[in-house]
Amino acid sequence: MSNLIKLQDGHAAIVAADGWQIVRLPVVETEVKKQAGKVVLFKLTGAESATAEQIAGTEVPAGKVLLPLSVWLARKAEFAARVAAGEIGVWLATHELIETLAEDQTDLNVFPVIAVFIERFADGRAYSTGALVRSRFGFKNELRAFGDVLRDQLFFLKRCGFNAYDIRADRSAEDALASLQDFSEPYQGATVIEQPVWRRYARG
Amino acid sequence: MYKYDEYDQRIVDERVAQFRDQTRRYLAGELSEDEFKPLRLQNGLYIQRYAPMLRVAVPYGLLNSTQIRKLAHIARTWDKGYAHVSTRQNFQYNWPELKNVPDILAELATVEMHAIQTSGNCIRNVTTDQFAGIAPDEVVDPRPLAEIIRQWSTFHPEFALLPRKFKFAVSGSSNDRAVVQMHDIGLEFYRDGSGELLIKVWVGGGLGRTPILGEVIEAALPWQHLLTYADAIIRVYNRHGRRDNIYKARIKILVKALGIEEFKRQVEAEWAHHKDGPNTITQAEFDRVAKFFTAPAYETLTDRDAGIDAKAAEEKAFANWLKRNVHAHKVAGYRAVTLSLKPTGIAPGDISDKQLEVVADLADKYSYGELRTTHEQNIVLSDVKLGDLYALWQEARAAGLATPNIGLITDIICCPGGDFCDLANAKSIPIAASIQQLFDDLDYQHDIGELELNISGCMNSCGHHHVGHIGVLGVDKGDSEWYQVSIGGKQGNDASLGAVIGPSFAADEVAGVVKRLIDVYLENRSVDERFIDTVRRLGHTPFKERVYADRQPGKQKVEA
Ligand code: HEM
Ligand code: SF4
Repeated sequence: MSNLIKLQDGHAAIVAADGWQIVRLPVVETEVKKQAGKVVLFKLTGAESATAEQIAGTEVPAGKVLLPLSVWLARKAEFAARVAAGEIGVWLATHELIETLAEDQTDLNVFPVIAVFIERFADGRAYSTGALVRSRFGFKNELRAFGDVLRDQLFFLKRCGFNAYDIRADRSAEDALASLQDFSEPYQGATVIEQPVWRRYARG
Repeated sequence: MYKYDEYDQRIVDERVAQFRDQTRRYLAGELSEDEFKPLRLQNGLYIQRYAPMLRVAVPYGLLNSTQIRKLAHIARTWDKGYAHVSTRQNFQYNWPELKNVPDILAELATVEMHAIQTSGNCIRNVTTDQFAGIAPDEVVDPRPLAEIIRQWSTFHPEFALLPRKFKFAVSGSSNDRAVVQMHDIGLEFYRDGSGELLIKVWVGGGLGRTPILGEVIEAALPWQHLLTYADAIIRVYNRHGRRDNIYKARIKILVKALGIEEFKRQVEAEWAHHKDGPNTITQAEFDRVAKFFTAPAYETLTDRDAGIDAKAAEEKAFANWLKRNVHAHKVAGYRAVTLSLKPTGIAPGDISDKQLEVVADLADKYSYGELRTTHEQNIVLSDVKLGDLYALWQEARAAGLATPNIGLITDIICCPGGDFCDLANAKSIPIAASIQQLFDDLDYQHDIGELELNISGCMNSCGHHHVGHIGVLGVDKGDSEWYQVSIGGKQGNDASLGAVIGPSFAADEVAGVVKRLIDVYLENRSVDERFIDTVRRLGHTPFKERVYADRQPGKQKVEA
């Protein structure tokens, strides 16, 4: 069993086998950034994601793969046939902008999957990314969160358009399912449940 | 006052269940400290020096007597018999046990209360003018839109984990009493020539380490667009605000870094996509919420009461209280009354369970069962008949709630400081006490007149020291406690930030320093001039000179 939960027609279930491989950039030595003695973990929006060597050195296996955005942008010519075969998806780091992908590839629906890497669960940037992927760029396929994905954030991810959640490996996806139902009738309009509660119901 | 329907109640009930399970998992070791932290914070639960602190939301400062009785019950049952009114109009408990917090929240839910988003990096409780709906200078009652903001921001999925906390303040009167320029988003509601309700929007204000007054991003936003415009602002912030340094993560830093023009350009580009979307407020929704805030059945009264005038002439204590604690009301024959939580010797803003019960009774008896908390950490009864003032005063006085010091030097805004707070550089409550003692004489206080003295135990500025006419800040200096004093801060329409007068002082010097500042004012004031006016007219020099006149650094202390 994988740790991947998928929402389909409003029903959430753990999928038996994922089928997608996440392609990662080769690890390189980077200087450890510190501020006030603390290691800075967050890359700011606009920060560079990968070096040319990392991009060139990334090995892409056969089968269904999720490519790092930087690899896709630099090497997409290699993958034209595989895109047509529905074998290519792209993943964004927390600090990467969906606009970068959308400017390059106007129809995002050529990708069966777009994924967002949650570097730290407490970083809410992925929520805006999800909202934009769905509402601005009209992406209709699987939008997946992976990385530091924990059950207590699932309800927010769901309402920001994510429909697949790869729960962190040391946590139970089974337990996490319950949290998708934390709230039954949210107040505000958002990506999923677009209408605010007072447009959905007559509130007297 | 707003009343929950099934949707409101369900959200609050579901929150209690969710937090009960999160707490259970934390106590069972299934959630790490780091994972639990943002969850408990978004439920107002800080871990402070001795115990968790629970911050209960009082949306825009409005409460009814049933809720106050529940707060009293919680203080008795799970705390040490008291609660605390915070500078953002909320209630805080200093001694609950973590394992009891789900039960406390369940109790709160029975009276339409919660602790949702009272802390953490999310949209916090909306604050407003404590005289909303009754102030003579009010142009627009801010409460309906404040409630609409509350609902929209509650569990807003996109803004659940912002770079840093995010605070709204709203005001609908010509004199700003909500410090709108000191908030991440400040809103002033007004009407244009044709009576249309418009909003002036400030963005990027805040206290803390880098105090900044907000800038106007939009001068005339039609009210229907309030939420979609806020969605746009906060989306830009969520994506581009700094997350690498907690001290640079507030929206104010982003606005400063981009400049207001560029920030506005980005917001407008984003807003183009949100404008007229589903969160656009309809007249029907506005009316639905607004009908909860209609005026009570006021009687037709005259605006003079000979009996009260006679009592005031007879009893100076009553006259003093009328002067300081009783405020104008837009309806003839009615007044608003501030119950002071600042008697000498009690931590500013603290109130016992017994006093809470009295407050609830007073509200039922004299003020249609409603009351408000103020960001100056007092409580207001909003609709008291002029003719009832004497009786009310006697009852409030018997409960220690009638200190006639509102707006005076002993009406201190003060954070919990080193007595409770882990982040403190220094204690703040004993400093407040020493100043209150030195200025205890009421005639003296009344002679000094209007003065705001604010104390924070560290740069996080919970005590708003930057906007105090006199501000006191605890600073770190080796292992002893030192205090920086600033003057010239002010809240309101002509808000300003105070400037530090010079090297810092030991704890036992602070009251003496304040005394010298006051002396300079008393000697130099012209008729009707408040302390802040004299500071603005004379500049800081005469004040500095007096304070440091005989002070050799490190040797001579300032004596009172
Ligand atoms: C005892 C536990 C407390 C802790 C650990 C605490 C912590 C903090 C921190 C870290 C900040 C700065 C956040 C920032 O600006 O980035 C802050 C701000 C603030 N706190 Fe507290 N606080 C505590 C109690 C209180 C209390 C009791 C009050 C009210 C009386 C209060 C009112 C405020 C206010 C008004 C601000 C904001 C200033 C702004 O808008 O920048 N805090 N607090
Ligand atoms: S100002 Fe500092 S000391 Fe005071 S409560 Fe806030 S964080 Fe604590």
